[in-house]
Amino acid sequence: MQVPAQVEYERAGSVEHALTLLARYGPAARVLAGGHSLIPMMKLRLAQPEVLIDINGITDLCYINLTGTQLRIGTLTRHAQLLESSVAGEHFAILHDAERVIADPIVRNWGTVGGSLCQADPSEDLSAAFAAMKGTMIIHGPDGSREVSAREFHAGPYETVVGSSELLTEIRLPIRPGGGSGYRKVSRRAGDWPVVAAGAALLLDGDVITDAGIGLTAVGATHFAAAEAEGFLRGRTATPQTLARAGQIAAENCRPVSDQRGPADYKRHLACELTTRVLGVAVARARGLTT
Amino acid sequence: MTGPGVAGQETGAYGAIPRKEDARFVRGQGTFVDDISLPGMLHGAILRSPLAHARIISVDASAALAHPKVEAVLTGADLAGRGLAWMPTLSADVQAVLATDKVRFQGQEVAFVVAQDRYAARDALELIAVEYEPLPPVIDARTALAEDAPLVRDDLAGRADNRVFDWNAGDKTATDAVFATAEVTVGCDMVYPRSHPAPLETCGIVAASDAVTGRLTVWSTSQAPHAHRTLYSVITGLPEHKIRIVSPDLGGGFGSKVPVYPGYLCAIVASMVTGRPVKWVEDRSENLMSTAFARDYHMHGEIAATADGRILGVRARVLADHGAFNATAQPTKYPAGFFHIFTGSYDLQAAFCEVTGVYTNKAPGGVAYSCSFRVTEAVYLVERLVDLLARELEMDPAQLRMRNLLRPEQFPYTCPTGWQYDSGDYPRALALAMDLAGYQELRREQAERRGRGEYMGIGISFFTEGVGAGPRAHMDILGLGMADGADLRVHPTGKVVLAVSVQTQGQGHETTFAQLVAHELGLTPDDVEVVHGDTDRTPFGLGTYGSRSTPVSGAAAVLAARKVRDRARLVAAAMLELSPDDLDWLDGKWRVRGDPDRGAGIAEIAMAAHSSLELPDGVEGHLDASAVYNPPNLTFPFGAYICVTDVDPGTGEVTVRRFIAVDDCGVRINPMIVEGQVHRGLADGIGMALMQAIAFDENGNCLGGSFMDYLLPTALECPSPELGATVTPSPHHPVGAKGIGESATVGSPPAVVNSVVDALAPFGVRHADMPLTPANVWRAIQGRPVRPDLAVS
Amino acid sequence: MKVTLTVNGTEYARDVEPRLLLIHLLRDELGLTGSHWGCDTSNCGACVVWLDDTPVKSCTVLAVMADGRRVLTVEGLANGASLDPVQQGFAQCHGLQCGFCTPGMMLTARWLLNNNPHPSPYQVREAISGQVCRCTGYENIVKAVLWAAEYEAAEHGAAEHGAGG
Ligand SMILES: Cc1cc2nc3c(=O)[nH]c(=O)nc-3n(C[C@H](O)[C@H](O)[C@H](O)COP(=O)(O)OP(=O)(O)OC[C@H]3O[C@@H](n4cnc5c(N)ncnc54)[C@H](O)[C@@H]3O)c2cc1C
Ligand code: FES
Ligand code: FES
Repeated sequence: MQVPAQVEYERAGSVEHALTLLARYGPAARVLAGGHSLIPMMKLRLAQPEVLIDINGITDLCYINLTGTQLRIGTLTRHAQLLESSVAGEHFAILHDAERVIADPIVRNWGTVGGSLCQADPSEDLSAAFAAMKGTMIIHGPDGSREVSAREFHAGPYETVVGSSELLTEIRLPIRPGGGSGYRKVSRRAGDWPVVAAGAALLLDGDVITDAGIGLTAVGATHFAAAEAEGFLRGRTATPQTLARAGQIAAENCRPVSDQRGPADYKRHLACELTTRVLGVAVARARGLTT
Repeated sequence: MTGPGVAGQETGAYGAIPRKEDARFVRGQGTFVDDISLPGMLHGAILRSPLAHARIISVDASAALAHPKVEAVLTGADLAGRGLAWMPTLSADVQAVLATDKVRFQGQEVAFVVAQDRYAARDALELIAVEYEPLPPVIDARTALAEDAPLVRDDLAGRADNRVFDWNAGDKTATDAVFATAEVTVGCDMVYPRSHPAPLETCGIVAASDAVTGRLTVWSTSQAPHAHRTLYSVITGLPEHKIRIVSPDLGGGFGSKVPVYPGYLCAIVASMVTGRPVKWVEDRSENLMSTAFARDYHMHGEIAATADGRILGVRARVLADHGAFNATAQPTKYPAGFFHIFTGSYDLQAAFCEVTGVYTNKAPGGVAYSCSFRVTEAVYLVERLVDLLARELEMDPAQLRMRNLLRPEQFPYTCPTGWQYDSGDYPRALALAMDLAGYQELRREQAERRGRGEYMGIGISFFTEGVGAGPRAHMDILGLGMADGADLRVHPTGKVVLAVSVQTQGQGHETTFAQLVAHELGLTPDDVEVVHGDTDRTPFGLGTYGSRSTPVSGAAAVLAARKVRDRARLVAAAMLELSPDDLDWLDGKWRVRGDPDRGAGIAEIAMAAHSSLELPDGVEGHLDASAVYNPPNLTFPFGAYICVTDVDPGTGEVTVRRFIAVDDCGVRINPMIVEGQVHRGLADGIGMALMQAIAFDENGNCLGGSFMDYLLPTALECPSPELGATVTPSPHHPVGAKGIGESATVGSPPAVVNSVVDALAPFGVRHADMPLTPANVWRAIQGRPVRPDLAVS
Repeated sequence: MKVTLTVNGTEYARDVEPRLLLIHLLRDELGLTGSHWGCDTSNCGACVVWLDDTPVKSCTVLAVMADGRRVLTVEGLANGASLDPVQQGFAQCHGLQCGFCTPGMMLTARWLLNNNPHPSPYQVREAISGQVCRCTGYENIVKAVLWAAEYEAAEHGAAEHGAGG
């Protein structure tokens, strides 16, 4: 029977309280959000924190707000809430595309947006989605808060820039007119982690791509992004050829590894195929051709 | 075609009635092994080997023993002291209970901790220090017989290599002659990958040994409680009548709960040592990594035919990976199970197969997972071969099958490897399936889509199974003949208790068996209580697997009921002061010939049989009866399946769009339950064909040891099946029933694979091994397939 | 550590280790063995119960996280002797075989119907896609849920069913 090793438990009632507890226990403590990454790892004893700091009681970290030019998502927002949020879906179709294929409905009831990002699993879906949307993350620490770009948030597999005495509190996504986005994942089965997934967020001025964000997961893309392909697209006309070329560039610049989900050459192929497809979806949505 | 007891008989209690067992399950009131809690009960946990092959230098449990909640630790040395370090397997090999000399697969049992609660037992595992000397493992079955292959079983005296057995069936000379002269021959290598039945409930036991009475009571996940009782007696030396096995509600089994596992014995010994009840329940990785796997057949098959599509013969060479111990569960005489039914449903001239079993450093098992004793592998082989032949001949695969199927007048039919198929009307089943599918329309749609660059596949499989093992003269497990008993007690008020040797794991025996008996006795199913799973309360028999419950135990129940009915006739005659010859069994009563309004039903007769009524000489009182059924032959269910898939060649994703399944399992006692069995098997087929496989890396690490890695289909992968039925009764079964428990698991994988390969035909794909994950489909299109049994590189 | 929670309308207080999983609290401490467990990796859904108003995998929640919350298990689905329509649907439609996945499936079904009284077959399949059934191939589970939906549509006012706990 796989059960966690012994652990202490503290309940945080506010961000300040959480920060105090984090400061008190230091690196031996781990934040407990939905627990849907942490508890399975604790059961398998791949994670053995000494103290858990449960933030589920900080209900004011659970929100989705529209503030002028930004969508702000509290860290404790559950996947299910993001999926149900019409305001999120209206501005970022990519979020609903992605949430629909993250885990399963029951896991989505408790797993949190912030927990997903902080877990920093190299196959995490939301990390790629937020990379595509060029969001920023708000991190609170003992010395106040700081804002970090999604492209700087991850420090490596299972590593983020959130320090052991810090707390991720919010994700901000810039809302810009003329945008279109989408997300496409290939998995071996519903509810499985991605073999490869790609997300795209484009800004169009007529037929010209004025800005492009491409997120890739499970292929070892730096910061879950395809920066070279984005650079290629900027200023070009959105033709099928251009999008396909961007897919190729994205594939050339990632570093997939073989595992039971598939050999590296297949994953590289998928990086190209899915990037191309999802760019097509983003273009169509930007033009209002599809929802 | 009709069988005895079927012709003209009214349906009686048969029919799609809701199940009796559901009342407790929908309330959460089932009793599964892990639900059992006894006073003073301790909890066991097993320390397992992280290595696939290593010599054990030392095991130090002192720190674990010092844990305040630990009551005992068993090691291989402790068991050796009791002569229990090794146990016999169901294939007359031996298997280590706790390793003493070497570990031979990753996940092998090394030590058993007994603690006051589960959490402490798990904690204490980390306190046991084992020193291993790693040895090179045998992982690829195809190199297991190489001269320089490490020896897995150096414990077996005189064993110089990793060969378990060589076995063959059929006529080699005749088959070679057919192939030498055939106009067309096609061959193919195919792997039926290792999979695991993975019932939702893992294996477990609560063992309670009573030192005072000398009794051992065991609640365990057992599909074969009586066989387990005998085995425990043989292994431990405890007298058999002092052992009671209770198999409570089982959360699925599918073959994986047939064997006796080391954990069971550890819990039994631990209970003897501590004097307290001991519970052990596997976690999921233990289940997937150590208990009975299935399949793992590396096959080369060939088919010979005339140029115009008459199939002449098949032959096959098989390498069977049996893992570290030969622990397959099947009739002793058949080391490759019933694989030699690989001639399938066709009228052939000759067939020959040879199977070599090898030891590797992997978990033991092989026959499990609703496989009808390897009919699964056989059907897959021949159905793939027929499709390959169709491709070669540029013939429609349905037409090719129709052309070669056995015809109804050929039954009973003896196939080239010796099986005698009891009954069938194969063309009718295939025609019905094609009709339900709208086959011609599907082919038109396929052509049209291909024109648009869309890839849709239509896959057919036609299968014949042999189930209901089996005739005692040929079939036994460890010397126990495969006959099963049934006891019927008729209470004075005419309510009946049927006790059977088989054990439901979800198949609904409490309902189906009640229907069988009710039908024979003119009662309602509610009048019949079915008792099973408790060796103290039920007659001996070999249990539920291989689709044998209805064919064997169901027959025993019917025979017992007919004995009751016969005795009731004598009693009724006494009641009515007539001769028994004046009575006819009609509409559920013994009625007076010529005056059918006069008569007596079982309830009245039962009361009379228990009363002061004077019975004729030689007629015992009461109506109880028992029977033992020794089947004269297997029964041979069959079916025609059609699977429609859509393949995205850019990603390799496969969607199963439709699944049409026509099954003929003879007389259907409860059609609702029968269909439920088919639904399950179709999901199994989709799972196996598309995702379920267990591979190993070069160090012998199991790559399918959790539900994250060993994928089971969800509701989103399984289509809503379209079912059809034909009914060809078995001529030798008392009610004409055949088994249905495994048909769809056996028949569906080749339909899915044939469908995907059909979709990929424009890419020149002839064959692709399961599982057809997106990656494997894409690699098949690239012409660079991946070995499904090894780590992806 | 002290944990107080309301299960199926009854309040329980227990002193537990913080690491105790909710499924084990329910099964081993409270004796509510209707909820099962079937895996180590949060994939199978045999353990699904409601925590407050949504189903969760109770093998992936610590008992202490349920402090002050409401839990609904299969034992609380029926209203006294009268079965929830979902329970009736499962029995009517042969939505179960071994019954091991059934409690979790029914709890998810109840949640689905509360939020979407007229689901399509696809929506039912999606709702239960994080839960494995090894016996039914899911077809009759889908039928069972649709049966319950229809039954409730006929009965009206079914929205209150099972929402207690
Ligand atoms: C069966 C299953 C399938 C899944 N499938 C997918 C999938 O397909 N795709 C996918 O992307 N994900 C998948 N997941 C992962 C799931 O989305 C995440 O587990 C979950 O959302 C993580 O969020 P959580 O709130 O549960 O995080 P937790 O487990 O609570 O935390 C994860 C990590 O983040 C840290 N953390 C959490 N919140 C904060 C914070 N605010 N500040 C600082 N550190 C924090 C924790 O300390 C921990 O180290 C799956 C999970 C399961 C169980
Ligand atoms: S036990 Fe498998 S998901 Fe909870
Ligand atoms: S009924 Fe057996 S697992 Fe669903």
